[in-house]
Amino acid sequence: MNRREKEQYLREYAILKSQGKPFFPYAVAKDGAMACVVLLVIILLAIFLGAELGPKADPTTTTYTPRPEWYFFFLFELLRVVKPPEFVALATIGIPTICMILLFLLPFYDRSPERRPERRPVATLTAILIIGAMAYLTAEGAKTGPPTEIDMPTPASVKLQGASAVRQYEAGRQVMAQSGCLACHKVGENGNSGPGPELTDIADRLPAAGIERTLINPTAPMPTFKSLQENEPEKFKNLVSFLGQLKSDGN
Amino acid sequence: MPKLKLPAPPLPPGLKPAPPRPGKPQQGPLDKAADAGMYTVDWIDERTAMSSGLRWVLFRKVPKGTNWFYTLGSATLFAFLSQAITGVFLAMYYRPDAAGGAYESVRHINDDVFLGEFVHGMHKWGSSVMVILIFLHMARTFFFGAYKYPRELNWVIGVALLILTFIMALTGYLLPFDQRSFWATIVANNITASGPLVGPYLGDFLNGGADFNATTLSRFYAIHMMLVPGIIGALIGAHLWLVTKLGTTAPPWNKVKVPEELIEEKA
Repeated sequence: MNRREKEQYLREYAILKSQGKPFFPYAVAKDGAMACVVLLVIILLAIFLGAELGPKADPTTTTYTPRPEWYFFFLFELLRVVKPPEFVALATIGIPTICMILLFLLPFYDRSPERRPERRPVATLTAILIIGAMAYLTAEGAKTGPPTEIDMPTPASVKLQGASAVRQYEAGRQVMAQSGCLACHKVGENGNSGPGPELTDIADRLPAAGIERTLINPTAPMPTFKSLQENEPEKFKNLVSFLGQLKSDGN
Repeated sequence: MPKLKLPAPPLPPGLKPAPPRPGKPQQGPLDKAADAGMYTVDWIDERTAMSSGLRWVLFRKVPKGTNWFYTLGSATLFAFLSQAITGVFLAMYYRPDAAGGAYESVRHINDDVFLGEFVHGMHKWGSSVMVILIFLHMARTFFFGAYKYPRELNWVIGVALLILTFIMALTGYLLPFDQRSFWATIVANNITASGPLVGPYLGDFLNGGADFNATTLSRFYAIHMMLVPGIIGALIGAHLWLVTKLGTTAPPWNKVKVPEELIEEKA
């Protein structure tokens, strides 16, 4: 913006301002109405959604995967999208920092005097794209199930065996997801890769009987599932049959 | 004694007070009360000269065509005030004690205190409302080109306020000290510590040591209720000062109608 453009803007603004209405009471009335709406929304949210308090913080749990407040979902999802370890720092620190610096400096690199959004196509399109990307990542972050879930398609071989087999497979999947296996094992896209071996195709390497033996008498530090077998044999059976179906050619 | 000259508010014709009746004015109790009020305002104004500043703020003109999008800024401010007030009430009961007192005190607020869960809920959901409003306000500023000359500095302060709002959201998340907040904060701290150059120092500062420990909660509490709100308050002051000084932007589509007396006749 050069000197002439600045002066022209100031002149036009002075005229527009002189033709306007005073701040009080006209703008104040609108602001007041908006404030009432905001207060009403906050009160309704507080009444209907409340302020739930989860279980007490326990530093000894290893299976809890935290989720941030919803407005950080887009950052959270960005972390999940970026898989290679060498790029993780870029997603955690790099991209947000660069975006913030670009946002801070916006008036210093966008120096055109034009203010109408339809005549600033680059700025408008960039903003719409960024808003769209943030909305998409937020929605994806919200859709991502809790960490106690394994999202793998049911293999065709199980489907072929009929409804009862599928039911057992689903039940076993649920037992596994809730037993904290994912803290140390990777299954498909879920879980941590280590210290335990990946279980995505464990049935290729180990028959069901072998899996059952390992569950009851594992190598340290894996906890034993003997008590599950004794107390809830049905659940244990489902778990073994689920693990027994995890083959690389299963689906 | 200087007799206060009340500025005549530019009211629409229907709201203007009726002119006084001729003759000797009757002194009813209402008139006496009005006189006492006038005297008080006059007393304050004689010492502070506030009325000229107030007149400057209140009766400055706002360009024609400002619409509801222009209320988003004041709505964000209002959400912040709501957060400040509900936060004060929560602070009356909250104990930043990582050994169990924090969780216990929040449970006490929720279960025992009169309207406790309601105020807690207002504070919790108010943060979401404030984040949404600050984003909408920023979008309005961006699409209307309101960050351009002469309001660049106001944009920079606004971005700082956005970041501080996020810091408030992040530090407030830990305070109930339940599983969710505890582990989410550990992740956030680890991310901070993984940053280049200042990252490890910032991570140490947030944790109050090399790792998450009891100091972390007190630290987050102090940041959440003293450090950041103070800075936010100061920056909001600067933001509003610049808004009143530079004026609200006109919508970019507004055409300038040059008043007739300013148009030079062409020879």
